[in-house]
Parts: sequence; structure tokens; C-alpha cells
Amino acid sequence: MTKTNNITIELKEPLSYRAAFMLIFKRDLTIAFRNKDDILNPLLFFIIVITLFPLGIGPESNTLAIIAPGIIWVAALLSTLLSLDRLFKSDHADGSLEQMLLSPHPLFIIVLAKIIAHWCLTGLPLIFTAPLLALLLNLNENSYLALMLTLLIGTPILSFLGAIGVALTVGIKKGGVLLSLLVLPLYIPVLIFATSAIDTAAMNLPYSGQLAIIAALFIGSITLSPFAVSAALKVSTN
Amino acid sequence: MSKNSPLLLSANQLTCIREERILFEKLNFSINCGDIIQVEGPNGAGKTSLLRILAGLSQPYEGQVQFNHTSIHDERELFNQNLHYIGHLAGIKGEMTAQENLEFNLNLCGLDSTEAEKTLNQVNLLGFEDALASHLSAGQHRRIALAKLWQSKAPIWILDEPFTAIDKNGVKKLEELMIKHAKSGGCVILTTHQDLSIDKNLYKKITLEYRFF
Repeated sequence: MTKTNNITIELKEPLSYRAAFMLIFKRDLTIAFRNKDDILNPLLFFIIVITLFPLGIGPESNTLAIIAPGIIWVAALLSTLLSLDRLFKSDHADGSLEQMLLSPHPLFIIVLAKIIAHWCLTGLPLIFTAPLLALLLNLNENSYLALMLTLLIGTPILSFLGAIGVALTVGIKKGGVLLSLLVLPLYIPVLIFATSAIDTAAMNLPYSGQLAIIAALFIGSITLSPFAVSAALKVSTN
Repeated sequence: MSKNSPLLLSANQLTCIREERILFEKLNFSINCGDIIQVEGPNGAGKTSLLRILAGLSQPYEGQVQFNHTSIHDERELFNQNLHYIGHLAGIKGEMTAQENLEFNLNLCGLDSTEAEKTLNQVNLLGFEDALASHLSAGQHRRIALAKLWQSKAPIWILDEPFTAIDKNGVKKLEELMIKHAKSGGCVILTTHQDLSIDKNLYKKITLEYRFF
């Protein structure tokens, strides 16, 4: 019974973090591109919500210009929320999440790759379409740069914070409502500072203060949330 | 150090409670190199729960699982490198082809994925490499999930109902693979409702009773 010649129980050389990251990242992108609904749904939602506002409020350009930052950001929040479910749900349902939890790669890297892939699929398209939709809402022309910057730094926060909520609710059959209740309050600081930055920019005032706060939230969420997500996933699969 | 010790896994005083029902209580056993262990019992007796606890996916209510004389949760990375767990869900993505699925599974375990095609051949899936997994049957999904065992270097295999949806020929091949794995010093822990057709001396049984309280 002591035939351990072929098998040793020692730590093999550590696997490359970059390779693990790219493995998960590429896989998630491949799956999303073959299942285009996942990318198109949140983006279409974003576009439809924003185009409905001028129709509902009327074409007075002043009113629209005042509420434009809020509309764009609220639509971005809701469309991110709509897409969050996809982050872990299907992996949990078909058992691939278990395999990832048991892989020798650190869970931090796997989770980070999944969230960044999620942002590339949902956050990036929003950033590209936002300026066109802002035109529709007659956004002040000084605000465009601020809009782009806040979206660029702000949307990753939405993905990272949202991932914590998804990880916590992944084991629950109908966790949709719970997910919104958990996640939306966490999004409020981003919403406040982002719209405030855009408003300040419209008045031609410096908005670096608001940007700095969003950047701080960004750094905080990118470094801390993968740990929270890993822990939450372990609890959810228990 | 403990390289020559035949002990691979040991369960100490494991207790599992689900929905206020005790599934098993103060369970003790040890698994050595070369063991094939069949966990049997009626539906709902806690076979899957036991396997998930052994793999470290679930926490027991009490007790702990030790690998290499330390708790599996203290040395997660070391334990995961030495473990292959295949749950009752195959973990196959319908949007990816058979080969992509296998390559991903192999890479995720830190194995070489360049011979994925050859491995698919071993589970009789040659010709389906480029077929999307959503077009394949349940048995074929399971074969893709099991295929990584043919390349596995990890000593501990934990297989939850590996024979589900697999045809007779496939079952025989898998049993041969398990015997080969056990002979080279690994161990296999599996649940199945069918009787294993391998020699009675080669495997042991752990029987869980259904408990009503």
C-alpha cells in the first residue's frame, strides 16, 4: 500500500497568475460573444430608457439639459443591474463554478478576471454609446469630458460592487429582488458624485474633487471586492 | 516528510446537518493510497454532502477533513492541486465546443491542454471536437467532464455519480482507469447506485443510512 512512487503530495511550482487570468477572461468573452443576447440586452435597455425620456418630458431643451446627467447615470446603473445576474448564475447552475472554486488558481484572480470580463461586455459599450445619447438629451457641451471620465471610472465600480451582491445571492433561486435591494444602495455614492461632477463641469467649474472621490471608490472596489466576492461564493456554494 | 505515508485523506468526527436533520454524525475514516471507496446509501442519505465536505466545498457542522495531516482549509492550494472533483453537475458550457470545454478544464487544473484532442478520443468523442456542447447529449457532457481524469496527475479523485448517463462500454473504461489510478498510488472516492464490476478486494464501501431525526 505504500506505492507513492508516481504521486507526490508536494506543492507544484506556482501557476502563473497572468495565465489564469487570461484563461478565465477569454472564456467569459467567448461565451458572451456566442450568446449575443447577454451583451445586447443591457445595452438596448440603456438606449431605450434614455431615448424615452425626451419623448416623455417634451422637447424643451433646457429641462432635458438639467436632468441629462441623472438620466444617463440612472440608466447606466439599472442596465448594469440587469446584466449582473449573468456574472455567476449560469456558472453556478451548470457546475463550472464548483470547478473554479476547486482549481489550484487563487480565487482572487478568477473572480477578478470574471468581473473585468463583465465590465468589458457591459460597461464599455455604455461608455461608447453615452456621448451619442447625451446629444439627444442636449447635454451641456462642457460636460462631455466629465461624462466620459465619470463613466470610465464609475462603471467598473458598478461591476465590482454588483459582483458582491451576485455572489451572495447566487445560491438563491429567485434572488433578483434581493440583489437590487443589496446592490442599489451601494451604487448611490457613485451616482451622487458622478452627476455632481457632470453638473459642475456644465458650470465650467473644476470637478476634480468629485473625480478624485470616484477614483478612490474605484481603487477601493477593485482591490477589496474580489476578496469579498471569493468569500461570498464559498458561502453560497456551501 | 510525509511523502512516504500512505495516508491521503482522513475524516475526523464529521457531522453534517441539513434542514435540521442529521445526515451523519461523528464519522471517522481514513483513505490511503491505493483505495477505491464507494459511498453508498439511499437517496437523501448524505452521499453528495459527504463528498462535498471531503472536497472542501461545504463545511461540516463539526469535525474536519485532513489531507497530509493538516486541515484541507489551511492548505487550500496544496489540496486543490492534488484533487479532482467531478460533481453531479458536469460543468460544461453549451456555448463552447467539446474541445474548448476540455481545454479549459485542463488549464483550470493546471494540466497541459495540448493533447486535448487525443484525450477526447479516449472518451469516444472523436469527431465531436468542434461540435458545440449544447448540441451534445447528457452522456457526452459527462464524458467531456470525465476526460480530464485521463490526464490527471492528482492523487485524490472525488467523483459524484460518475456513471450517470454513461453507456456500458464507458463505465468499463472508467472502472479500468480507476483501478489503474489506485494501483499507481492514488485514491478514488465515488458514489454510485450501480454495483461496481471490479474485484471486491479492490474496493471498500462506506454505507450511509437514511436517518429520520
